[in-house]
Amino acid sequence: MLAYIVRRILYAIPILIGVNVITFALFFAVNTPNDVARMQLGVKRVTPQAIEEWKREHGYDKPLFYNAARSGLARLTDTIFFQKSVRLFAFDFGRSDSGRDIGADIRQRMWPSLAIAVPVFIVGLLTNITMALLIVFFRATYLEVSAVVLTVVMMSISSLFYIIAGQFLIGKLMHLVPISGYSGGLSAFKFLVLPVAVGVISGIGSGTRWYRTIFLEEFGKDYVRTARAKGLSELRVLFRHVLKNGMVPILTGAVVILPLLFTGNLILESFFGIPGLGSYTIDAIQGQDFAIVRSMVFLGSVFYIVGLLLTDISYTLVDPRIRLR
Amino acid sequence: MPQGVRRARVTGAVRGAVRGYGIRVLCALLVAVALGGCGKTPWNDPYPAADARANVLYAAFSERPKHLDPARAYSANEYEFIAQIYEPPLQYQYLDRPYRLVPLSAAAMPEVTYLDAHGRALAPGAPARRIAYTVYRIRIRRGIRYQPHPCFARGPDGRPLYLDLKPGALAGIRTLSGFRHTGTRELTAADFVYEIKRLADPRLHSPIFGLMSGYIVGLKGLERRLAKVRRDDPHGYIDLSRYPLAGARVTGRYTYEITIRGKYPQFRYWLAMPFFAPVPPEADRFYAQPGMARRNITLDWYPVGTGPYMLTENNPNRRMVLSRNPNFHPETYPRHGAPGDAAQGLLKDAGRRLPFVDRVVFSLEKESIPYWNKFLQGYYDMSGISSDSFDQAVQMGAQGQARLTPAMRAKGIRLRTSVVPAIYYMGFNMLDPVVGGYDARARALRRAISIAVDEEEYIAIFRNGRGIPAQGPIPPGIFGYRSGRAGIDPYVYDWVDGHARRKPIAAARALLARAGYPGGVDRRTGEPLTLYLDVASSSGPDQQALLDWYRKQFEKLGVQLVVRSTFYNRFQDKMRKGTEQIFLWGWNADYPDPENFLFLLYGPNGKVRHGGENAANYDNPEFDRLFDRMKDMADGPERLAIIDRMVAIADRDAPWVWGFYPKEFRLYQAWDHNVKPNPMANNSLKYLRIDPDLRARLRARWNRPVLWPLLAMAGLGLLFIAPAVITYRRKEHRPPRRGPD
Repeated sequence: MLAYIVRRILYAIPILIGVNVITFALFFAVNTPNDVARMQLGVKRVTPQAIEEWKREHGYDKPLFYNAARSGLARLTDTIFFQKSVRLFAFDFGRSDSGRDIGADIRQRMWPSLAIAVPVFIVGLLTNITMALLIVFFRATYLEVSAVVLTVVMMSISSLFYIIAGQFLIGKLMHLVPISGYSGGLSAFKFLVLPVAVGVISGIGSGTRWYRTIFLEEFGKDYVRTARAKGLSELRVLFRHVLKNGMVPILTGAVVILPLLFTGNLILESFFGIPGLGSYTIDAIQGQDFAIVRSMVFLGSVFYIVGLLLTDISYTLVDPRIRLR
Repeated sequence: MPQGVRRARVTGAVRGAVRGYGIRVLCALLVAVALGGCGKTPWNDPYPAADARANVLYAAFSERPKHLDPARAYSANEYEFIAQIYEPPLQYQYLDRPYRLVPLSAAAMPEVTYLDAHGRALAPGAPARRIAYTVYRIRIRRGIRYQPHPCFARGPDGRPLYLDLKPGALAGIRTLSGFRHTGTRELTAADFVYEIKRLADPRLHSPIFGLMSGYIVGLKGLERRLAKVRRDDPHGYIDLSRYPLAGARVTGRYTYEITIRGKYPQFRYWLAMPFFAPVPPEADRFYAQPGMARRNITLDWYPVGTGPYMLTENNPNRRMVLSRNPNFHPETYPRHGAPGDAAQGLLKDAGRRLPFVDRVVFSLEKESIPYWNKFLQGYYDMSGISSDSFDQAVQMGAQGQARLTPAMRAKGIRLRTSVVPAIYYMGFNMLDPVVGGYDARARALRRAISIAVDEEEYIAIFRNGRGIPAQGPIPPGIFGYRSGRAGIDPYVYDWVDGHARRKPIAAARALLARAGYPGGVDRRTGEPLTLYLDVASSSGPDQQALLDWYRKQFEKLGVQLVVRSTFYNRFQDKMRKGTEQIFLWGWNADYPDPENFLFLLYGPNGKVRHGGENAANYDNPEFDRLFDRMKDMADGPERLAIIDRMVAIADRDAPWVWGFYPKEFRLYQAWDHNVKPNPMANNSLKYLRIDPDLRARLRARWNRPVLWPLLAMAGLGLLFIAPAVITYRRKEHRPPRRGPD
């Protein structure tokens, strides 16, 4: 397995370089270094000299990909792309274009993101699996039909609707929890109840439908018939046998997003005023802070690759027939 | 023991445990609900219960301030914070209108001396052409002390504790509050001079360096010298006291001089902005130490000032907290104001010591819906009004007067409106071959468009009546603005029954025909006239409707309007290159002087040729000549006459469709006192007073938990669960089906 992991890590390097190239090209297709400088220096009374000085200071005065004025390897290394990208591979994110240390910001902001994302993930997963199993249990009854219709309706509604409806009903009309905001420590609980509930509920429709499909497929297999023939109760068959055998596809979807929980939920964080990494990325895009955008995209890619690797490893844990070589 | 029996016992035990646990959780929830119900703070209170009756003002911000360094900050959302922390020499009197400068950290208004080219003093009324230099002598108040800060901390031996930190001394410190000791010292004139020198530090990229280097003697040279130093040490501490600056000199512990080139009377307004507030050199030295920037501990993040408040929590991702500066010098509420202020209760606190509020908590609210709802719940003490909430808050009368809806009045909420010293306009690129130029044809075309674009309708539809149709470049409240008949643009409006009335569209069509485009068709080519409007794209919900509205305005003349909506960067780029034809733009006043608006039409300030703020690239020699005379004059009849003449020239040439002057509507809770919007004064938090007891009572009344929907939902849940349980029991007890045999 170790050889497999090492090989996958080596595969990741060209992927990350590719992601960096694409991010870089897309960003600078829309913004020029002059735009970035202007964004940081403000709109009023900015002189061309100030822009040139800012670019020089922040390394944006070089060519983007190829420096024809230099010779040898410096033609590639003395460019904005190389200078801004190479340190990322050592996880040195450097400073944002507005001058803040990105690593320190990420370390500070990942905790609020996790405070929402982890409960939403765990509670959501448990809820969706339980609901899916129950729907399978009540298959071929009007309860299944009603539940399927309900899940289709739920997955058709925008997550924004759940947020606004949740804030309106729970926060505004019933006055049970704050409409938005965040606090550290134990007092975070009252701020997290609503966004977590909204996050879970908004995911029930699609999650339950997906898991139901998996479990229905498992339900027709021979081992289920055997388990029934042994006299096991229907619930026991479902929750002990079908669930365990349905774990491989569930893990495919679940483990891969595990590392991405760090990067936060853009909409939930924005509407509930949670100071996490999701809103950090959005702010950076709006503020044209390339240093942050590139760091967050890089981090997201790394997390995704790690997630895929963890998924592969987890297969071996739930299915002994699978071996990684 | 038979296996079946054992399993049954285990299952029973588990069921019992689950049931017991479930009962305990239910009990705990009931206790929590009961306690919550008995508590005095509402459940949805986003603030700590201990602060329920604290003297704390709650506000919101939607965007993280980029800079808090007074040499760099220039935006309104940055001034909202640093204007409470830093104290420049002057400030705007809170209540007086028109706006009036008064001393703040200065002991008196600056003494102004004019010098000729040989350094000889001139009489105060000397003509501007003879004035080579102007010297501002400023005497500061004694006894002002800085807020507590680690950069001033000293040990028992009197040596600074944190100015020469050894490597590793910052271990475990992540924020400024990680430093245990703080200190203070008295403000001196050298701190003001130090800040002026900081404007030239290339590392800081001060936005006003370009402007000020043209005025403050020696500032450009200082920047060149500092640039050389910065090449070797980009982020290190530079002891600016070793770099003399001819234009800013310390003349005593409490006095200093600023020398500027020529006569620039508007300079006094700059002295009311944080760019000229004092910064202690110790702060720069403290923050420049290795490891500080890596921890984001910088002056740009943790300001050091003498003002009524200090920033005690800076997490702009969540909240920023200003706390009362314990070292704040005595300053009192104004004893007099504008007519009518006393009747509104604005002088009840006259002579009382400032500030009134102990803490100001700014919470991040990016979305307008939660912000508005929290304001209605009493968790914010003031609020603007978004378009979504406007009808819920305000009713417009037949005469355009705004009044609160009964629901708002029932809550005791108050509405305060003010005309912002700003203008939003539609500009014509005067370099464009079709809409630009100064001949009769071009003027007629621009005037026709000026009549056709119905600003009154725009204000009614897109701004909910929050604006005044502009009649010229100078907004109300600024010297030179004229109201009534004398103030109208006679090419666009008629004076009818005591009101300005937009000329009929037929007049615009006639002008268009005179311009060579009868019915919107080019007489020479026979082709329909097509014009191009450049705008910066916005994701706002009204954007498409707005652009459609502009198209309709031009359609009234038979002119096709093509809207070119681009990213703001691209839009700015077009403006700099002059490739736009018609554009939408705006200007917020730096200071309340007509020069700050008329310079937007000053030829040498053209955007394409000179990189200035004259976005229309308007260039009229007569206008420029009058501007050169007007800008140096004191307010008076002579200056007013020149301004009238300039506005008349601009009316005739019509480089802009004048657009509108925005009006700001703000809502205040019943417990807010001393509220008077002052768009020029950014340091107005110190005047606000609140009644925390009333706030606590009203919050409790407005936010009683409503529990019956929970019970209803539980009942609904039972309705779903009951058939499921019945079906489950049926399935479990159903006998196995027989096969066909």
